[in-house]
Amino acid sequence: MSERTNVLRLENITMQFGGVVAVNNLSMKVDEGEIVALIGPNGAGKTTAFNVITGVYQPTNGQVAFYDKAYIRNHPQGKMKKIYKGENPLLYTEEHTLELPDGADALAAKQAEKARDHYVFSSHVMAPTPDHITKMGIARTFQNIRLWKSMTVFDNVIIAKHMRAKHNIFSSTFRASWKEEARMRKETEELLREQGLWQHRDELATSLPYGLQRRLEIARALATDPKLLLLDEPAAGMNPQETLELAEFIHEIRDRHHLTILLIEHHMDLVMNISDRIYVLDFGSLIAQGLPSEIQKNQHVIDAYLGVVEDE
Amino acid sequence: MGKRLKPAVAPEKKIGTLIAIVLLAALYVFLFLLDNALPTNSTTTMLIPVLKKGAIYALVCVSMNLLNGFTGLFSLGQAGFMLIGAYVFAIFSIPADQHNSVYQYFDGGAIQFSIPESLGRLLGENAGNFWGAIICILIAGAVSAIFAALIGIPVLRLKSDYLAIATLGFAEIIRAIFQWNGLGKITNGSNLLRKYTNFHDIKIQIGGTIFQLDTIFPFFIATLSILTIVLLVNSSYGRAFKSIRDDEVAAEAMGINLFKHKMLSFVISSFYAGVGGALLAMFQTTIQAAPFRSTMTYEILLIVVIGGIGSITGSCIASFLYIACSEWWLRFLDSGSFLGMEVSFFRDGFRKVVFSVVIMIIVLFFSRGIMGDKELSFAGIIRKIRKRRQVKAVPADGEIQEKEDESHE
Repeated sequence: MSERTNVLRLENITMQFGGVVAVNNLSMKVDEGEIVALIGPNGAGKTTAFNVITGVYQPTNGQVAFYDKAYIRNHPQGKMKKIYKGENPLLYTEEHTLELPDGADALAAKQAEKARDHYVFSSHVMAPTPDHITKMGIARTFQNIRLWKSMTVFDNVIIAKHMRAKHNIFSSTFRASWKEEARMRKETEELLREQGLWQHRDELATSLPYGLQRRLEIARALATDPKLLLLDEPAAGMNPQETLELAEFIHEIRDRHHLTILLIEHHMDLVMNISDRIYVLDFGSLIAQGLPSEIQKNQHVIDAYLGVVEDE
Repeated sequence: MGKRLKPAVAPEKKIGTLIAIVLLAALYVFLFLLDNALPTNSTTTMLIPVLKKGAIYALVCVSMNLLNGFTGLFSLGQAGFMLIGAYVFAIFSIPADQHNSVYQYFDGGAIQFSIPESLGRLLGENAGNFWGAIICILIAGAVSAIFAALIGIPVLRLKSDYLAIATLGFAEIIRAIFQWNGLGKITNGSNLLRKYTNFHDIKIQIGGTIFQLDTIFPFFIATLSILTIVLLVNSSYGRAFKSIRDDEVAAEAMGINLFKHKMLSFVISSFYAGVGGALLAMFQTTIQAAPFRSTMTYEILLIVVIGGIGSITGSCIASFLYIACSEWWLRFLDSGSFLGMEVSFFRDGFRKVVFSVVIMIIVLFFSRGIMGDKELSFAGIIRKIRKRRQVKAVPADGEIQEKEDESHE
């Protein structure tokens, strides 16, 4: 496992809204080609974590790295310094000072210096907008479907291709970049055929049945050519049969598009079935992580979350 | 699955485009005759200004629709950008020897040249006026666009109502600045700017005869501008604008840079508002900052709403209808008599009362406007007729008609 390339790494992410700590000191990582699930009871901070990764929220503390390159970083600043409630408040804060114990040896001094360098480096705040993050190769779907309502299925997908197209507003308006447009249309057609949505291409996105709308959202996310795909409750509102198909579908798109997938899900069958590893959140904190078989036996997880399922 | 597969759309689209081009050509021939051959009578003296103003308003409304209807930015700065366009046009086209009389309180003004006049020396008077006017219109649009870019940096970070308030404020500030005596050498303070190139100066000389292009000229500029906006709306950038309108969060998550695209839309819309302002200046022959108040923006917004937010053809139809009603068709209400009878309340101003009631009825009962967010197209009409002929062979579906054409007025 360790020699796999690390795709996404969250380090000490805390997201605090006023006095409410939605995500508390969350550290996790996703390796290339993995399907990792993030589970937990409602309000545990799963979607907040997604919103931090995709740049919708700026975390209060911590950093996020994509392919070992940090792209989001923050530490409590301004008003937040006073009301910050997260763990490890000193790790990334400016108050962090270098204290060497008496009689420390050369090695310890060097380590301390390194830590200070790390601090200086990490005090540099990075907060890219979501579109930059999508351009890096992180795509997402939404918990409550967010398709463009007044547009057709085809347009919904082709708009996601806009970002990577080589054109500017003049060449696009006066059709000088028609080759690029033709390429976008062709790729969109391929994607829609692959997802079985081609026969619905001229329908309004909102007129599709619920399951197909979910699928269209995934198709739209795939149109941005992502390396990492974040799925926020892809099986919500699906019947058992559809959920079963979804598991197969997720494996399929991972293999075909060489994706790494991080998903939030409440359907335990699906989660245990498809995920390579699982992280469990409760009240914003990570309470367990590991293989599906380990998680199923973990007493903390059963108490906080899975217990409800076993009662059924 | 087979039921959704349509036959190739191409033939209808081709026929539709052909009809549109033929009608547009017919319209231009009619306008040409109107300018040069048709006799002046009570109908043409009303029709000509209505057509001119209608064309200008169509352009301004479409430019506002690009912002409000297609990008979902509720901006109310249109009058401000029109003001900039109108002033820039006038300032650069006042003949040099008229400066002393126009800028009589400001020692003849700071700018001592006129683009149409300078070009006239090179190309002859008529060509000079024509090309000079076009260059001045482009400069007017460009200056407006530059102002929009500067204003857009702080303002476009705001959302919905706040954006409307901020743009409204900026429009008022611009008006105040243009009326300020400190800039009098350029803007003539709060006095009129006049004697610049107007529609009557636009002529063309073919052989020995001179043809007037009074009415054709605004139509020509408006058609060209609206056509560009149509191309833009149907391009990849237009789709991106619409995605921002539909769901900003999703648009940003799909890699669309919100600020960049909002700015593009704002700048382009302002460019065409500037062009519209320049045309309005030409139409009015004298301009002043005072009438470019927020009421003008509301008037434009009203036309956009009547036509349908997000429909270019709707805006075009609505602006001609609106201008025709307010300037011409409802005039009889002010005349004091109705069908030969004396009616006491048909006196000055009653037109506006009736007009307001008509608008209220439209807004209450046709809240999505004449066209909704659909476009009127000949291809769509042909398709609809064919569908009706096929009698239930194909289930009805809410087809969106794409091709636009503004020649039906």
